[in-house]
Amino acid sequence: MASLLGRFCRKLVVPGSAHGSRMISTTACDSEAVKSLNLYSAINQALHIALETDPRSYVFGEDVGFGGVFRCTTGLAERFGKNRVFNTPLCEQGIVGFGIGLAAMGNRAVVEIQFADYIYPAFDQIVNEAAKFRYRSGNQFNCGGLTIRAPYGAVGHGGHYHSQSPEAFFCHVPGIKVVIPRSPREAKGLLLSSIRDPNPVVFFEPKWLYRQAVEEVPEHDYMIPLSQAEVIREGNDITLVGWGAQLTVMEQACLDAEKEGISCELIDLKTLLPWDKETVEASVKKTGRLLISHEAPVTGGFGAEISATILERCFLKLEAPVSRVCGLDTPFPLVFEPFYMPTKNKASSSSSLSSPLKKKHYLIMGLHVWCRYWMQSSPLLITSHSICFFR
Amino acid sequence: MHIRQGTTCTCRPSNPLPTNIVKDATSFLHMAMLFARSRNLVSSLRQNLGLSAILIKRNHSSPRPVFTNYQLSSRVFLDPSTSFRHESTAVETQPDLVQQSDHEDDAQELDFPGGKVGYTSEMKFIPESSSRRIPCYRVLNEHGKIISDRDFIPVSEKLAVRMYEQMATLQVMDHIFYEAQRQGRISFYLTSVGEEAINIASAAALSPEDVVLPQYREPGVLLWRGFTLEEFANQCFGNKADYGKGRQMPIHYGSNQHNYFTVSSPIATQLPQAAGVGYALKMEKKNACAVTFIGDGGTSEGDFHAGLNFAAVMEAPVVFICRNNGWAISTHISEQFRSDGIVVKGQAYGIRSIRVDGNDALAVYSAVRSAREMAVTEQRPVLIEAMTYRVGHHSTSDDSTKYREADEIQYWKMSRNPVNRFKKWVEDNGWWSEEDESKLRSSTRKQLLQAIQAAEKWEKQPLTELFNDVYDVKTKNLEEQEVGLKALVEKQPQDYPTGFHI
Repeated sequence: MASLLGRFCRKLVVPGSAHGSRMISTTACDSEAVKSLNLYSAINQALHIALETDPRSYVFGEDVGFGGVFRCTTGLAERFGKNRVFNTPLCEQGIVGFGIGLAAMGNRAVVEIQFADYIYPAFDQIVNEAAKFRYRSGNQFNCGGLTIRAPYGAVGHGGHYHSQSPEAFFCHVPGIKVVIPRSPREAKGLLLSSIRDPNPVVFFEPKWLYRQAVEEVPEHDYMIPLSQAEVIREGNDITLVGWGAQLTVMEQACLDAEKEGISCELIDLKTLLPWDKETVEASVKKTGRLLISHEAPVTGGFGAEISATILERCFLKLEAPVSRVCGLDTPFPLVFEPFYMPTKNKASSSSSLSSPLKKKHYLIMGLHVWCRYWMQSSPLLITSHSICFFR
Repeated sequence: MHIRQGTTCTCRPSNPLPTNIVKDATSFLHMAMLFARSRNLVSSLRQNLGLSAILIKRNHSSPRPVFTNYQLSSRVFLDPSTSFRHESTAVETQPDLVQQSDHEDDAQELDFPGGKVGYTSEMKFIPESSSRRIPCYRVLNEHGKIISDRDFIPVSEKLAVRMYEQMATLQVMDHIFYEAQRQGRISFYLTSVGEEAINIASAAALSPEDVVLPQYREPGVLLWRGFTLEEFANQCFGNKADYGKGRQMPIHYGSNQHNYFTVSSPIATQLPQAAGVGYALKMEKKNACAVTFIGDGGTSEGDFHAGLNFAAVMEAPVVFICRNNGWAISTHISEQFRSDGIVVKGQAYGIRSIRVDGNDALAVYSAVRSAREMAVTEQRPVLIEAMTYRVGHHSTSDDSTKYREADEIQYWKMSRNPVNRFKKWVEDNGWWSEEDESKLRSSTRKQLLQAIQAAEKWEKQPLTELFNDVYDVKTKNLEEQEVGLKALVEKQPQDYPTGFHI
């Protein structure tokens, strides 16, 4: 399914370890200049463009001045001045609160939380203030210019407090948007959209990909629309939904499944709130199976929301229960990280993905036999079951 | 080791010095002699200048030199724009946090990140409180007479009468709305009884361009700025005319027209936002500042620390006004903090602060006006602690006689009433009469009753307003939910309240 921009990107994954492969995209962008960039450079470029195009925009957070601990803000303070790009005291609730104040006065405040693991002191400001600012004032005030950026996700050695994926907490808050890019090119476009979106956005950046992912990124100013999921790999047998760094893992799982003759459709959700239900629904109605994968613990994770919604909308089309391949229900461990993570092996061995074709055949054969039996005894039942059988 | 409170500590360790230090005694002695000579010179200089330590301005460029602004200007509260000068006596009575001592080796300085700091060989703890509490600035005594002709900004007859009228209007408004809640006509209300001077006098001291971020006990500021009694009533009834579109409880007023940010229930969240607002005004080079209010209880929140620290570091023009009314619902201030109120906390953030008698309208007016000028001209935050008493209950959900004496409430209501006090002064000047009084109160009362009756009759917001403004544009998800809800309401209208246009 082509995205609205009319570009269909086919990702080529360089053979290597499942976790941390280089992604090279062969996008059809011949007319414009592109540059091979990693994720933090792409984000840096987006920030440069954002500050350049709107003189009333600001970038701030802890250690942002010298370029940031992940180098996402390099060169900004030198170029735009310390009045617009500056360090803040070590206080997340202050960072976000200050950002809300700036945004409420019509400015764009792009704030950085150093690690998503430290976003919680700002939770009150985000949930009780930013998310409700417009609604509670009857649209007299808004802080739409606020964008909160935070690195999230596993990094191999992060442990409890440098690896968290807290997106589920924020997806439960009407009034904000939650956006997670999967690659450098996506990150630049999505970040520019998030900054310019007239609603407060929480933008989680997969820190694992800051250096690991390298992609051809157009140098110009472009935006990728929010709340539009993208089918990044077409298939017929099963739909896989994910976001961020997990898509690299899922892509590997898709390649493995292909060897066994299973055709996988892979969807990048991109925006988790508000999420594009229609794209996922259309895909599942085609394939009949759904597998959701995220690093965050499975219980109460965002996969549960997708699962429940798809069940409501596609129940009669589903051939198997919705599968969730996620992190375990533990704090993010250090030495046990390889066991905790939802790896491609876990995805491949999940019930949805293991031999769906065979199961489909058995299912069809089973129904056929049953229908023939019932034909003799109960014509009415046959009709309804036939309808179910012949989709 | 024995340390006596409040005196210089002359501690001597019980163990003998280690041998290597004893070996260096000779060179040590030489140094000590040098120090002694220079120390005497410096200590005499210090006494003349009155500074607790000599701080040398850093020569090389640093982003924000610490202390310089404060050290240079703390002794000199010159404010030419308001055409009066603070007496230096006011500053002298404020005790220094660090007590002076003759034993300080302050000729020698140590270089640390953050600047040079003198050292002392005396181990001395700063006492947890000063020997004397920070005094409270006041202009009028309890009988409405001006105490001293100096040190306050004169208020014209026109301004004084308007201030008094608005204080009385606020009283009547509080009374009528409170009663309306008791009658079940509105769901909730909270009064500002006892705090009318803070509300009105602070508002009078600001310019309309100053952006106000209230807590929730400052409707008088909005009243001063021109919010009508009808507009207050509409919000309390959440009717179709409410600017907030009926989404929040009563008293959660907001008006972009009047530069008054919408009230939100969480405490102190507005403080770091005020720092951001102030910074925005600074960047726009506006002749305006952010003004934000907080209660005594709210200063315990993390956002208080965040807000003040950010405002100070960012050098944002913000006036923080703390209404210390003694109670946070049922929690007395003795259970809230152990400091000398809130004013002493300002210095911890590098913020200039003042304690003012919050029940003295003229004092509040002068203090806020001066603070506002400082904030705007010097682009810095200022902290005002306004001492007062919450005469009313916390809200209509509270009965404060359950945790405090009725006598105490009566005392403050009758003998320490800010409205009566200001009224005496205004009357003494011949600017107000009993006739004016009864005319104002009866007409305001009538207007309020009419406003309530009208607000009650207004229809409610259309149901679609439940779904608007969550985002700038209604999302598909919300559209679906709206369709679903409308169908349900049409199917089973008996389960839903009437008056909402579907």
